[in-house]
Amino acid sequence: MNKLTIIEKHSRILRWTHWLNFLLLLLMMWSGILIYWADQAFLPIPKLWAERLHLNNRLAEGMGWHFLIMWPFTINGIIYVTYLIISGQWRREKYQSAQKVAYFLVPLLGAGTIISGLAIYKPVQLGWLTELLGGYRMSRYIHFAVMAGLLLFIIIHVIQVIRHGWNNFRSMIAGYEIEKD
Amino acid sequence: MKLKKIKITSRKLRYRLTTSIFLGVLFLITFGAIFWHIQKGPELDGTPKLLRYSFLWNEKVWMMLKSSKRMSVDKPVPKKGEKFRVNGSLGLREAFYPENYFVKVNNGREPAELSISAFKLLPKTNYSTDFRCIEGWSEELHYAGVRFRDFMEYYNVGKKPDGKYYAYVGLETPDRRYYVSLDMESMLHDQTLLAWEINGEELTTEHGAPLRLVIPIKYGIKSLKRIGKIFFSDVQPPDYWAERGYDWYSGF
Repeated sequence: MNKLTIIEKHSRILRWTHWLNFLLLLLMMWSGILIYWADQAFLPIPKLWAERLHLNNRLAEGMGWHFLIMWPFTINGIIYVTYLIISGQWRREKYQSAQKVAYFLVPLLGAGTIISGLAIYKPVQLGWLTELLGGYRMSRYIHFAVMAGLLLFIIIHVIQVIRHGWNNFRSMIAGYEIEKD
Repeated sequence: MKLKKIKITSRKLRYRLTTSIFLGVLFLITFGAIFWHIQKGPELDGTPKLLRYSFLWNEKVWMMLKSSKRMSVDKPVPKKGEKFRVNGSLGLREAFYPENYFVKVNNGREPAELSISAFKLLPKTNYSTDFRCIEGWSEELHYAGVRFRDFMEYYNVGKKPDGKYYAYVGLETPDRRYYVSLDMESMLHDQTLLAWEINGEELTTEHGAPLRLVIPIKYGIKSLKRIGKIFFSDVQPPDYWAERGYDWYSGF
């Protein structure tokens, strides 16, 4: 019988949290843009985009989604990072640069969205945090910039994944990579 | 850490991949279905039910953490007379005659009508802090007026015959086109004012003359301009923006 050697690359927990995170982040970015539309302080959203993508006049809805999804997004993120630390997966030397960036920079950016988000969400109760980040307006800048950083990462990440091919991509779905002799 | 390596038949591997893809697709469909169900399902006060419950849940969480006890951080005092943003004219369209302006105050017992001087004779409080609009922008403003708490104490309003505070305060403009309601805890806050001055000058008509609410521990939508009526209740009074999909609590 034909036997293959496979490498168990990504555990089940890692795969589930990765894909759940992707969908939750998508919802966070979408609802965040619905909120941002109401006061486009840093970068104007082109009118045509706003109309075509129905991003206009949906502030209340955007806030509703943003403050609901923030919970599973945060919890899922904590599970993901805790798992990386406990399992020691982040220490693997085999990993290519893309994965190293993913493991080190992305959790930091993720934490950045949550911290700067809290500074905007509760600027009185967490007033010390808002002031630490340079005030309310600066917190909004930071929140936006960190989000843009995550978006940039996603774009680079997707390009890297396409370049690495199916064997690599499959490992994030089924967990294994087939070893080439 | 070493990666585990195993030998496996290609048939078993095919089965494993198929299962994973199947589960993945199932997961995507479930996620999409939940999203669609929330988004297109029944609404409560202008927003999908679950989003409304989420607002209420978040309100409970942050109230539990005493969000209405902390102070909005002090900011440097802006220049006297410095212009600031005008936003929203709801409830301000009728002509305004200062000479025969009265604020109705309804305690649930004997309603009263107070002139503006009845407010101005009360102890004056002033401070500077951020005004934060729900749209996202913010401005540092200096406010002066009477603490809502001091006003309640002086005129002996806001309490029930048994001496306990009512749970809610309702405010509306004279034409009743704009109205807000707030929790008593937030109304008792040190920075909650009935204000007649911003940046050292009397309020202009578009900023809510002659008397407006200023409550910096909540989004600007709660700081009702041109107060026509103040009333107290144990039943949550209507709130203009909460009826239109926004969070009723809207507190920081």
